[in-house]
Amino acid sequence: MTLAEMQFSVPDLGIASAEIFVLAMACLILIVDAFARDKRRTAAYALTQLALAGAAILTLAGNSGQLFHAFGQVLADDPASGSVKQISYTFGEMYVGDLMGSLLKFLVYVSVAVTLSYSRAYVQGRPDMARGEFYALGLFATLGMMVMISASHFLTVYIGIELLSLSLYAMVAMNRDSVAATEAAMKYFVLGALASGLLLYGMSMLYGAAGTLEIQALSQRLFADEANGIIVSFGLVFLVAGIAFKLGVAPFHMWIPDVYHGAPTAVALFIASAPKLAAFAVVIRVLVNGLIVASPDWQTMLIILSVLSMAIGNFAAIAQTSIKRMLAYSAISHMGFMLLGMSAGVVAGNPRLIFSAYGSSMFYVVTYVLASLGAFGTILMLSRAGFEADEISDFAGLNKRNAWYAAIMMMMMFSMAGIPFFVGFFAKFSVLQATVAAGRLWLALAAIFFSLVGAYYYLRVVKVMYFDPPASAEPIEAATDAKLLLSANGLAIALIGIFPNALMMLCAKSLVDSIVF
Amino acid sequence: MSGLPLLSLAVWTPIFSGLIVLFFGADRNSPLARKLALFGALAGLFGTLPLYAGFDTATPAMQFVERLPWIRRFDVDYHLGVDGISMLFIILNSFITVIVVLAGWKVIESKVAQYNAAFLIMSGLLNGIFAALDGMLFYIFFEASLIPLYLIIGVWGGPRRVYAAFKFFLFTLMGSLLLLVSLIYLYLDSGSFAILDWQRMPIPLETQKWIFLAFLAAFAVKVPMWPVHTWLPDAHVEAPTGGSIVLAAIALKLGAYGFVRFSLPIAPDASHAFSGLILALSLIAVIYIGFVALAQEDMKKLVAYSSIAHMGFVTLGFFLFSALSVEGALVQMISHGFVAGAMFYCIGVMYDRVHSRQIADYGGVVNTMPKFAAFFMLFAMANAGLPATSGFVGEFMVILSSVKFNLWVGFAAASTMILGAAYTLWMYKRVVFGAVGNHHVAGLSDVTGREFLVLALLAAGVLGMGLYPQAFTEIMHSSVDELLRHVSVSKIQ
Repeated sequence: MTLAEMQFSVPDLGIASAEIFVLAMACLILIVDAFARDKRRTAAYALTQLALAGAAILTLAGNSGQLFHAFGQVLADDPASGSVKQISYTFGEMYVGDLMGSLLKFLVYVSVAVTLSYSRAYVQGRPDMARGEFYALGLFATLGMMVMISASHFLTVYIGIELLSLSLYAMVAMNRDSVAATEAAMKYFVLGALASGLLLYGMSMLYGAAGTLEIQALSQRLFADEANGIIVSFGLVFLVAGIAFKLGVAPFHMWIPDVYHGAPTAVALFIASAPKLAAFAVVIRVLVNGLIVASPDWQTMLIILSVLSMAIGNFAAIAQTSIKRMLAYSAISHMGFMLLGMSAGVVAGNPRLIFSAYGSSMFYVVTYVLASLGAFGTILMLSRAGFEADEISDFAGLNKRNAWYAAIMMMMMFSMAGIPFFVGFFAKFSVLQATVAAGRLWLALAAIFFSLVGAYYYLRVVKVMYFDPPASAEPIEAATDAKLLLSANGLAIALIGIFPNALMMLCAKSLVDSIVF
Repeated sequence: MSGLPLLSLAVWTPIFSGLIVLFFGADRNSPLARKLALFGALAGLFGTLPLYAGFDTATPAMQFVERLPWIRRFDVDYHLGVDGISMLFIILNSFITVIVVLAGWKVIESKVAQYNAAFLIMSGLLNGIFAALDGMLFYIFFEASLIPLYLIIGVWGGPRRVYAAFKFFLFTLMGSLLLLVSLIYLYLDSGSFAILDWQRMPIPLETQKWIFLAFLAAFAVKVPMWPVHTWLPDAHVEAPTGGSIVLAAIALKLGAYGFVRFSLPIAPDASHAFSGLILALSLIAVIYIGFVALAQEDMKKLVAYSSIAHMGFVTLGFFLFSALSVEGALVQMISHGFVAGAMFYCIGVMYDRVHSRQIADYGGVVNTMPKFAAFFMLFAMANAGLPATSGFVGEFMVILSSVKFNLWVGFAAASTMILGAAYTLWMYKRVVFGAVGNHHVAGLSDVTGREFLVLALLAAGVLGMGLYPQAFTEIMHSSVDELLRHVSVSKIQ
């Protein structure tokens, strides 16, 4: 696209219609909340859910109903029919609409909606958090994730990440009288700012080397060998470090345990779920779409990050007594496992395996988010006004107090440990499959060794819930909608575990229809 | 042949019964949970009987085959089928489930529904393991069956239950994860997850060896073979009676079954290459563990060690590669299912009354429990391998072929006849005979009607199999021939 064309083309707002809608709703919520007297902030909550539902409809219908058709095809078990790459750009190639983007955005809405529903009672019980800002910030964070997912330009990536991060910093600090929360917010902010700096520095180096910030154009220039290879490699290092910060993989993981632990549980749930999907999209956009030429370099980096994360995450999780910290370290190890799939795409310069490998990583992220939602959801159910159920011992004897919640938490733990019939097993299996297919048998063996270590601490939670006497006899009360959602979440872990094909196909298809380089 | 999907019924009837029991069996209506569980277990058992009736003994091919695409992304099929080997285990497992539900009838008082549901679900999963013809499906059932047993040991077990449950879970998980990697490897090599395709596929020797070792890691832990047997005594001692019965009667068979279904036919050349190692490990299990059993003070531990020794016999039989030895090993597996199950049940009957498993706390039980002592005698004799009981048939067949293989191996194997008799009968003597040992024993009451029923059912199995083993061997005959044909043909190209 030449400069002259860009000046006169009207941007196609259709691709960004969901984003525009969410932005408008967030502003509306801020205004409505300023006039609301209701202490429970029902209006803000309802408007937020409405915004997410509206965005979901717009995303389903957007890009010629691509996502809607994909759902239909996968459900009819016929994913190959009519598979055309329908990728549209807007805002001068800075923004892209494609199937992967639509799917991930859709999952982000679901994840955020579930998060807010689980958090509702928790937030109401804490005066500092029961504000309209909680919902407005949540929507801004969602918008940031959407921008990250649809970015096809380094600056768009950066804007998305910053919008998400700034919203999250504020959300972590919302419980402003809590020392732990303030400390967590501070750490998160300082380290997050550092990561943003690294990202920008890496982007500037790539700009210096290739003369463009457009991801597609960068890829073409790299293919044409028009960029300075050494500068590209240096830029890549900074870029990978920045992304690793956002994903929370070792050795850039320091903030994760403190933030998960210090943040209010509702916010920890928020951080532990949807942003992982957006970070995955950034990995695909930047490393695969933009820098596939440099894949030998970044695959090696990802392998190192992955092994370190699995080692540090799993071993450190064993020592935790706080369930939030334990889940934080488990998140580190899961993101490390996911990166195994990302590093198995290109073998000896041959990209034959990319869809299977990246598809397995995407499936891994999606199922991890599902399990993470359920695990934090159960913690939120056990928490009451003035009481945080954030120690593992708070789960003692849960089976005797409420067998159904215990069963749900058990399913989450077994899913994270990768035991069938729960979906986490298929996630681990497909990533291992990709790793072995790439000829990295030793890496697969290392991964199963760390999975074995990981099984220990997930089993310990099950042990505490089932084998130990109850910690308190207090009955567990929860709102009906949250209860139903949590039950659905637990059943989803089991049902997708028994019928994983559709989701696997959907992930693989969305990548096939979206990756260009 | 009837049109019903009999194998799917065998797998899913117990699982859905378990879920129904969970759903309706709140803590306040335990009696309902018990009845529902018994109904489910019986339905499961009767559902498997047509497998025996409709079985065609003339063919080694898989029967009652069901095949549906399941996970297209990885060519995984929902593929079930049985041959003469696996079919018997499905029936044995369904039978043992009924026994287990009856065994826990009065004893289990807390969380009755969850207890019975765990056993029913596990029963379905175990049937799935034996019926699976798809490697992935096998693995999924194989690993999923860890969950119920982990909970059974941990929730209803003895004082060191937590330690035992963790040890059990992590030991077996370690082995099965290696199995997973080799299944993935086989899939990538052949483009299919069908076990029967893998059995026909040529594999170079070096690869076969690695695959064999990975299989060995998974199956040796399950069998369990010396030296990875240490989880078993802990698990047995801490598990409730029902858990011990299933563990001994069925769960231990999974490892041996894995050898028959995976190691031998998929990696035959490696099996021959490593047969010396397996024979040595098996003989160590038979002799060394036999002596260890002799020294036990705890009855459950003693029977646990005797199980390891008996399973050593099974692996010995497999790796002698003759029709007689393999059939003998399979007969031994089924027989051990009845005998070990019965032994653990007998110990459970005494434990429920005295709350001790120490041999020293008993003595002269025959004076207060004569009927029980007679049953216990029968099972102890079967455990020692007395002719006319099921224990004799398998051991005799394996010893016969091991003597044919090598006199010294035969000699070492035959020592089990002495050791087995020594540890079992010596324990029996100390527990049952003599003067009444203490006031606990003096206050014992003989078996109730329900206990009598369970003992009689198990005794029928033990005696029936000892007197008429053909009922079992003729079923497995052509499948064993087919297996040996696979083992004798080299897959190296």
